Amino acid sequence: MYSKDGETYFIVDAHVALWDARPENQRNIHGKQFIDCFYDYHRNLSPESEVWPYEEYLYQGGDRLMKDLFDDGYVDHAIFQPAHLGAFYNNGFGQTEEAWALTSKHPDKLTYNHCWDPRREQKGLDELKRDAERFGLKGVKLYTAEWYGDSRGYRLDDPWSYKYLETAQELGIRNIHVHKGPTIRPLDRDAFEVADVDHAATDFPELNFVVEHCGLPRLEDFCWIATQEPNVHAGLAVAMPFIHTRPRYFAQIIGELLYWLNEDRIQFSSDYALWTPRWLVERFVDFQIPEDMTEYAPLTVAQKKKILGLNAAKMYDIPVPEGLDVAPVEQEAVSVA
Amino acid sequence: MIETAVFEALDEVMDPELDEPITTLGFVRSVELDGGVLTVHLRLPTAFCSPNFAYLMASDSKDALRDLAPHVVVVLDDHHDSDVINRGIAADAGFVGTYGEEASRELEELRLTFQRKAHAAAMERAVREVPLERLRSLTLQDLPATRASEALRRRRSALGFDTAPDAPVLVDDIGAPLPPGELPLRLRFARSVGISIEGNAHFCRGLLRTRYALEETA
Repeated sequence: MYSKDGETYFIVDAHVALWDARPENQRNIHGKQFIDCFYDYHRNLSPESEVWPYEEYLYQGGDRLMKDLFDDGYVDHAIFQPAHLGAFYNNGFGQTEEAWALTSKHPDKLTYNHCWDPRREQKGLDELKRDAERFGLKGVKLYTAEWYGDSRGYRLDDPWSYKYLETAQELGIRNIHVHKGPTIRPLDRDAFEVADVDHAATDFPELNFVVEHCGLPRLEDFCWIATQEPNVHAGLAVAMPFIHTRPRYFAQIIGELLYWLNEDRIQFSSDYALWTPRWLVERFVDFQIPEDMTEYAPLTVAQKKKILGLNAAKMYDIPVPEGLDVAPVEQEAVSVA
Repeated sequence: MIETAVFEALDEVMDPELDEPITTLGFVRSVELDGGVLTVHLRLPTAFCSPNFAYLMASDSKDALRDLAPHVVVVLDDHHDSDVINRGIAADAGFVGTYGEEASRELEELRLTFQRKAHAAAMERAVREVPLERLRSLTLQDLPATRASEALRRRRSALGFDTAPDAPVLVDDIGAPLPPGELPLRLRFARSVGISIEGNAHFCRGLLRTRYALEETA
């Protein structure tokens, strides 16, 4: 909960991780390259006061996570979105058992989403059924640039992907968080292209597809499909910290999302531990579209409340305290023939 | 000076995603001429930049430098796929030859996709101040002599579109005039494309500075 100027905001951090990138868990050089890349994101986009030492960045543990999110970060509820990265880390990047233990201890504060890899075919599908029961899954996180054996990525409209999505639908797993990365198979295609999300969203209208970092670096392609597919949502992972380094670009991102989607389909996240929520929440509540950017309407308090928590709360049936909710607009922003 | 000649040649090599030369982006790390061997090292903002774009820039660089020395070596530094890409570039193996089963074809289609994005963004920038009622009949000769107009002409040439003075300005991805009824939506989308390209370029510059501890440049 965050209160300012007489308004109270219910905060859902829709994308957090409990990762372990310490050297003893790195399987190879790529494990180091991956966390170094994250650390450069962190150093490049954070205010100086929020930059962590490299050693702290490698691993946080549950106590630190609880403090950063809930004691210091105003967060009411957070959702784990783990990336497995088994080709880079011995015990995976996202720590399943640790995150699940923490979720079991604080079920009112945490939701655990798991991940799957369609290239594991039937074996993975059987596991998904067991995982759905064990974790009570409402959602999953899919990193399509994950390396697996000789393959360095997959698409959401591959045949085995569809089998997994069908199974998810049967199991009541409704929220599919899609995270695009730099590799895909075949490698000659643009790995960040979101056409596969478009196909899947059309064919699985009962599922919600939350595209993380709102399709960046292909914001425009993401907006174009989201305009046409009402079950496609924007996750603000990685986009949020631009509020500090490049507020005008951040205004453009938010302005574009509000124009092509609407205020009910945008979800805040800190992408913890890439960044911490405290400063992001404070800055976002204070944020306004610069006056000279007349192509965008000013942000309203209701829009900020929805983005900071109410939209994700609705998607995940997270109870919102009396008086803090705002009604959805129930209309699409743009109509494309 | 070999360095000047190299940078001039590499001014023509674009980062396809960011629609900017690799020279102004700071991707050229070092230039060395030793006997007949010209060695140029390239660097990118992250170890995980997409291998297809990385390959394209390295291979375009080698092509651009071929006339400058009897033997040209282009080396991509600090990339997760440096070994594979550098071997492929040294052998002039092509993308499919370099990546084997992981690739289904060469990268011309990928390049084309991004040339089209760059064109759409440049088109929207060039007509941003033109009132809607004048847009429908707008031809290249009607555009003011600005950098935006010049940029649009260059991107049209790259795609093989008509650059004659009386050619219509507002065309689609294959060079056909845009249907008048679709103009507002198409231009609005083209604006989003431009925002995306500019935003990515800025982020990549920042990451390169962070990664290599470079000083802030203009």
